[in-house]
Amino acid sequence: MSSLLSSYLPIIIFIGVALVVVLALLIAPFLVAYRNPDPEKLSAYECGFNSFDDARMKFDIRFYLVSILFIIFDLEVAFLFPWAVSFREIGMFGFWSMMVFLGVLTIGFIYEWKKGALEWD
Amino acid sequence: MLNGLEAVFFYLFAFIAVASAFMVISARNPVHSVLYLILTFFNAAGLFLLTGAEFVALILLVVYVGAVAVLFLFVVMMLDVDFAELKSGALQYAPIGALVGIILAAELIVVAGGFAFAPDLASTISQPTPDIATRTNTAALGDILYTDYAHFFQIAGLVLLVAMIGAIVLTLRHKPGVKRQNIATQVGRTPETAIEVKKVETGKGI
Repeated sequence: MSSLLSSYLPIIIFIGVALVVVLALLIAPFLVAYRNPDPEKLSAYECGFNSFDDARMKFDIRFYLVSILFIIFDLEVAFLFPWAVSFREIGMFGFWSMMVFLGVLTIGFIYEWKKGALEWD
Repeated sequence: MLNGLEAVFFYLFAFIAVASAFMVISARNPVHSVLYLILTFFNAAGLFLLTGAEFVALILLVVYVGAVAVLFLFVVMMLDVDFAELKSGALQYAPIGALVGIILAAELIVVAGGFAFAPDLASTISQPTPDIATRTNTAALGDILYTDYAHFFQIAGLVLLVAMIGAIVLTLRHKPGVKRQNIATQVGRTPETAIEVKKVETGKGI
């Protein structure tokens, strides 16, 4: 196994330990817990009265806007990582290439700021 | 190619990826579908890692699991959509889905066949992947992405700009008559702008 993959061995061990703990916590209640189900106990509980309607409901589109804008800046930051790693190799052209990229996205950022997309009414 | 432990992990990741991808389309509860999709992303990241593409694997986790899957969960859990009704008509799209699958399979066969017929095809690649021992995957990507492929890089920036502006134009609606906090004007108030004195005559209202 190459050194690259063996450096990820702790993560595999970690996932294995997590899996064991999760399965133990999932299975233990079936073995030891006291069970006496009842329709009233199993029904959905909403502050003492019967639930009015489905949990799915229309909600403000602004939540989407915030998460879409988050994804865009997430991608912008993802582009910064290889740039930073090979910063010495790519020279001035690579530097200004990234500056133009950041400039274009900064124009978008200024647009969204001025439009008030970052504010919550 | 693959031997020992690497092969074990390859088949483990590949099997779980295919199985959970199948569960994405067959799970009854759409929230479970999204959770299976996240499991598929994790296993795809594992497969990328096995080929030595560390950067792609971790970006898959950061962007897809961290952001895109959360957006999917958002849509599925919060949107007022009747999923049972949506799924009942799903079978009529099966031919289109099959067509897309066949096209993808044909493309994969062409790619694999190209390497089978011309094994020296890899030598014609303009930017071959350097050995992982000499240059890490992230650095190898960074060496060419911002200089040799600057054109595509800038186009990616413009695509992100279009996505940003499009999202704002499509979804942003300001409610009229909302009073926002504006610290400068609030602090800058004077008695002249804040108070209005009215003389009220005795025995009359305003």
